[in-house]
Amino acid sequence: MSLGASTLPFTKRVEQAMEDDFLRQAVRRTQDKLRGGKERAASDMGDWEAWRKRAEAIRQHTIQHLDTYLDQFTTQVEEAGGVVHFADTSQDVIDVVTDIIRAKKARSVVKSKSMVSEEVDLNRVLEDAGVEVVESDLGEYIVQLAKEAPSHIIIPAIHKNRDQVAELFSKEAGEKLPPETHILTRFARERMRQKFLEADIGITGCNFGVAESGALVLVSNEGNARLTTTLPRTHIAVMGMERLAPRWTDLDILLTMLTRSATGQAITSYVTAITGPRRQEDGDGPEELHVVIVDNGRSSMLGTDYQSVLNCIRCGACINVCPVYRQIGGHAYGGVYPGPIGAVLTPLLEGLDGWQELPYASSLCGACTEACPVRIPLHDHLLDLRRDEVAQKETSWAERLAFKGFGLVAERPGLFEAGARSGGWLARQVAEDGYLQTGWGPLKPWTDTRDFPAPARQSFRQWWREEGGKADE
Amino acid sequence: MRVGLFITCLSDVFYPEVGTSMVRVLRRLGAEIDFPEGQTCCGQPAFNSGYQQEAKRAARQMIQTFEGFEAVVTPSGSCAAMVRHYYPALFSGEAEWERRAEQFASRCFEFSEFMVKNWGDRHLPVKMDGTATYHHSCHMYRMLDLSDPPIRLLSQVEGLTLKELPYHQDCCGFGGTFAVKMADISTAMADEKVDHVCSTGADYLIGSDMSCLMHLGGRIRRKGHPVEVLHVAQVLDRGWMS
Ligand code: SF4
Repeated sequence: MSLGASTLPFTKRVEQAMEDDFLRQAVRRTQDKLRGGKERAASDMGDWEAWRKRAEAIRQHTIQHLDTYLDQFTTQVEEAGGVVHFADTSQDVIDVVTDIIRAKKARSVVKSKSMVSEEVDLNRVLEDAGVEVVESDLGEYIVQLAKEAPSHIIIPAIHKNRDQVAELFSKEAGEKLPPETHILTRFARERMRQKFLEADIGITGCNFGVAESGALVLVSNEGNARLTTTLPRTHIAVMGMERLAPRWTDLDILLTMLTRSATGQAITSYVTAITGPRRQEDGDGPEELHVVIVDNGRSSMLGTDYQSVLNCIRCGACINVCPVYRQIGGHAYGGVYPGPIGAVLTPLLEGLDGWQELPYASSLCGACTEACPVRIPLHDHLLDLRRDEVAQKETSWAERLAFKGFGLVAERPGLFEAGARSGGWLARQVAEDGYLQTGWGPLKPWTDTRDFPAPARQSFRQWWREEGGKADE
Repeated sequence: MRVGLFITCLSDVFYPEVGTSMVRVLRRLGAEIDFPEGQTCCGQPAFNSGYQQEAKRAARQMIQTFEGFEAVVTPSGSCAAMVRHYYPALFSGEAEWERRAEQFASRCFEFSEFMVKNWGDRHLPVKMDGTATYHHSCHMYRMLDLSDPPIRLLSQVEGLTLKELPYHQDCCGFGGTFAVKMADISTAMADEKVDHVCSTGADYLIGSDMSCLMHLGGRIRRKGHPVEVLHVAQVLDRGWMS
């Protein structure tokens, strides 16, 4: 298992997060900012729904013909002088990358944000192999120094404040740095400049691969992707196998949706498109370009109820509107991908075993589905996963028994009424003022924080029998 | 028109006054109504927990019970969404039941929706003093796309000042078994919602789903806020001037 960023059980992770007041405030503030930005950006586009439908259609088409486009993309990358590797598992990704590193006798690597490499825990593996790895995205750099995983797919260090960053940077600098943004960013920039110049290899993710030309497209706001792909002599791009756009015209629409949905920006500060390694006439660029196309469980979704999950363009819009993420932040989800997309994706990539709680970490409010720029029915997928859990008997026997009882009663109105009546009688014996303040069994978690009404003395159906039905006679 | 009342298990057992209010309002408008006693629960608790077979048993019972009514009306946005959105999907592949589920889905309406659809141009003689804010429950707001009808009804109420709830699109944290399974998160969500409700200075928190209101009301009561929780049907009934 590689996605497990934390060894604590889900309930513990949630507890920890809920106790972290700073984290919760920071998450709320960031969420408000991002979703406000997105709303403005979406309304600037006119008919946002029509854009979403177009984007969805492009993604659906791409995934339906994934083999064709992978083929075309591979051919184009190779024609441009790049080398393509296919990695079925996380181990394959690690093997491919370490082979390259060994062949190049590389000692140091700079990276630009890549969720797939988080997925396979690449940094740890490289460090274990004695290679120095530096994240060049500021947020990633911060979580790297803190030896943590990102807690958001767009803003990895959403959970850290300036003081915490100053502390981390001071340790790194070997001198005390004040918690002032310009000083901290200057430190990070200077440190990274030096790393960029020294690095033997640059590793990046890939937001989109364009099948018709074999181009790799990266978006960033710090320009770090550009430096990572220009200065080191070897560039390795690690991409999920689904992240293709057939043509530049499709890419245009997907980028439009990605940046607006992620941060509300019309476009990010840097959009980098790379086709092949350095050519003779080029002034800069790497001598070697490797593209690692990663499956790691993705192809198992093809042709299933979950295929639309492959449409995801990793914009984080679902995370930014999720009321559950708002309360617990990203680390509580345990996997690399937090929020609704994480609750769906992690069990699909890793199996439900060990991730049983994630599909239930949602109130099914549907805000994620509404926000998703490629119209993935996220909350319906959570329901599908719950269905699968029941089918695989991953739920507790007590719950199964309770729902067996539910099914029985739901078909028998007489039994339903009798049950409600006796439960009501019981509850009224202990209720004060018509409310229960302490409950037992499954009711306890409710009454710990909320009053619970005792059933009414006269149910609606009794009223109807006695008085209600009469007016129509 | 013969209207079937689909009262929902929650209203039947805990909030019969929502049902009786609905009966009185509909009758005042001249609807001929009936409450078929075969109804139990729409199946949502089982469905949302992943127990599709059990949900189907409930769904079959409901479909049978309401066959023969021209329209079915319910005081719950989320139960209406269950019927409209998930019943047909639940029976996909079982042609006969799928057809019957679709039939039911096309005739099932949420209370405010039904009111506006049938009597939208009629002025309702309702008066109630005070300030109120409205909670849009997620399934009604997103799955049924019904945000206007309840507001349209409430804004007609004489004497009632309607304040928009800040962050009205955010879930209150009920979520069925979520409220119990993830009680801490659910409560934290309720607290944000309750803060927003209080910030409006409302005397009444009005909604269209007693499940959300049970959760929010329970939290409001526990914290001792003087806000009363009401269903739209209760407002119309209480304030109806005869
Ligand atoms: S699921 Fe949709 S909203 Fe969430 S990250 Fe993926 S594309 Fe963005």
